[in-house]
Amino acid sequence: MNSNRIFNIALGAYVGAIFVFVFAPIVFSVVFSFNSQRFPTIPLGSFSTEWYVKILNDPDIWKAALNSLIVSSSTAVIATVLGFCTAYSDFRYNFRFKGPYIALILLPPTIPLIIMALAMLAWLSKLGISGQLWSVVIAHSVLTAPFAMAIIRLRLNQMDPDLESASWNLGGSEWATMRYVIIPFCKPAIISGLCLAAAVSFDEFAVSWFVSGLNKTLPVVILEIVQGNIDPQVNAIGTFVFFTSMTLVILAQIFFVQRQIKSTKS
Amino acid sequence: MTKPLVILEKVQKHFGDFIAVKEINLEINEGEFLAIMGPSGCGKTTTLRMLSGLEEPTIGEVRMNGQVMNKVKPHERDTPLVWQSLALFPFLSVIENVEFGLKMRGVDKLERKKRALEWLEKLDILEFSERDISTLSGGQKQRVALARSLVLEPKILLLDEPLSALDAHLVIRMQAVLVQLQRELGITFVYVTHSQSEAFAMADRVVIMGNGEIAQVGTPKDIYRSPQNKFVAEFVGRNNILTGIVSDVKKTKAKIETGSGVFSVVLEKNSLKKGEQASFVISADLVHLSTSEPKTDNTVYCKLISEEFVGSMVTLFLEDQNNHEFKVQMQERELSKFELKPGSKIWLSWSLKNTHLLEVN
Repeated sequence: MNSNRIFNIALGAYVGAIFVFVFAPIVFSVVFSFNSQRFPTIPLGSFSTEWYVKILNDPDIWKAALNSLIVSSSTAVIATVLGFCTAYSDFRYNFRFKGPYIALILLPPTIPLIIMALAMLAWLSKLGISGQLWSVVIAHSVLTAPFAMAIIRLRLNQMDPDLESASWNLGGSEWATMRYVIIPFCKPAIISGLCLAAAVSFDEFAVSWFVSGLNKTLPVVILEIVQGNIDPQVNAIGTFVFFTSMTLVILAQIFFVQRQIKSTKS
Repeated sequence: MTKPLVILEKVQKHFGDFIAVKEINLEINEGEFLAIMGPSGCGKTTTLRMLSGLEEPTIGEVRMNGQVMNKVKPHERDTPLVWQSLALFPFLSVIENVEFGLKMRGVDKLERKKRALEWLEKLDILEFSERDISTLSGGQKQRVALARSLVLEPKILLLDEPLSALDAHLVIRMQAVLVQLQRELGITFVYVTHSQSEAFAMADRVVIMGNGEIAQVGTPKDIYRSPQNKFVAEFVGRNNILTGIVSDVKKTKAKIETGSGVFSVVLEKNSLKKGEQASFVISADLVHLSTSEPKTDNTVYCKLISEEFVGSMVTLFLEDQNNHEFKVQMQERELSKFELKPGSKIWLSWSLKNTHLLEVN
């Protein structure tokens, strides 16, 4: 009994430590983004939105933010469409080499980013399409489609396979069934997939840096600022990027988990 | 009245090397309640899926209204199915589920709603029309599934073990609902089940399937009292099956020598030869008990092994000296006279006219 309690406290402390370890740097970054002093030292100076005003007035950052927005939203759509198609083909059909097919699709996130980035750069420049905004979109779609697929596949696995047959049986053609049964059923997972792919794409650095050329995205601009000098602007942009990504990830969670609770009740 | 609506001719279904349905010839009449019954894996669900077009026969023909249906896609048919899993759409409300089939057929919105409401009312679930499927009870979901199929006003309704997920008392209620609906609408019901009580309680005709083949087709009473072969006799249960060698043949009866003794059997249209092997059955409810040796033919001395109560009916499991099992079914109040305990010895007997010879197979 007693040792159990000690064990629980130890576990709790361990989990707490992990959270501190992960989030402390981010919290610091957020705190210092509102600090009036140029250097991140304690004691803090006064509260200030100076750095935010500064980035709002910087056209380069506006350009980068717009680029990031375009890239992440296009990536989200492409990756989710690809992910949905793959997940559905896995759900619906049995074919030879299905195992390797799924493994191959799940592979990209396991490849070290720097290698992925180099490979993408080499490949895209061979084709003569590197350095464009949409070359980043291509690279990010490859990177994020597996996330979208994994979520949609999970959802499809919860579906009673009879639902599809039931729709045919009631007079729905295959396309009508896709539109009125499969997609509505997967909707929460599709929305989560969109959010997650957008989040991953929005703050991805390595691949963007290699492939984007002059069309820099936000993370690339952050690195350039840091390379030049120490500037609390970075904290401000970082805070913005962090909250955007977190919002997307949390949205993804909400959509997916809520639906799951609902469907397990039925 | 007895015009065949559906004809299955020499239908087979293979899945790779596995033959799910070996060869089926069956006529399903307009307006009848047909039950297809058999143990799991006997091909009954595959047969139903071939009627709905979800499976295509490998060999043979399925005809409806004289039209060959083999290549007709499921969504081009009018053969709604009530699923074992119900397969209601969880993201749609009750009324949207019922409207689904009409929507797929391009019926306009107002008409759709009107017809869906009519059927919700007919099935007594009108008050739930706007509810989420997940908030309904098992019995209510069952009614939604029925309404969703019947709103299409088909000539034939396919049902795949629809009551298997319900509580026992609800099963009885839904059986009554189904029978009444079928009589009222006058459409054909094809009802697949493994439950004898469901099939016998509702169906006009019962098809018994085993190993991908039809073992017998007949009214519930035919199948219960005159099983054609050993498979049906065993599947229907509560039958005493005895097998032996024919030792004497007369005009209307024969003697069969079994491990439990020599018994007389009525010869109907069967012809038996001396020395042949033959099996016959006596229903468990047609066996009598007596404490002293009866002065008739067809008696066995047995030891009681166990009893099983189902309401007021009791089934006794007994064994003769060769450990051959006998079953006797009777009213509990009749049984109490005998004051039997496990291990008690007692005489069983039955009259000649209740014996039923099985076909050799």
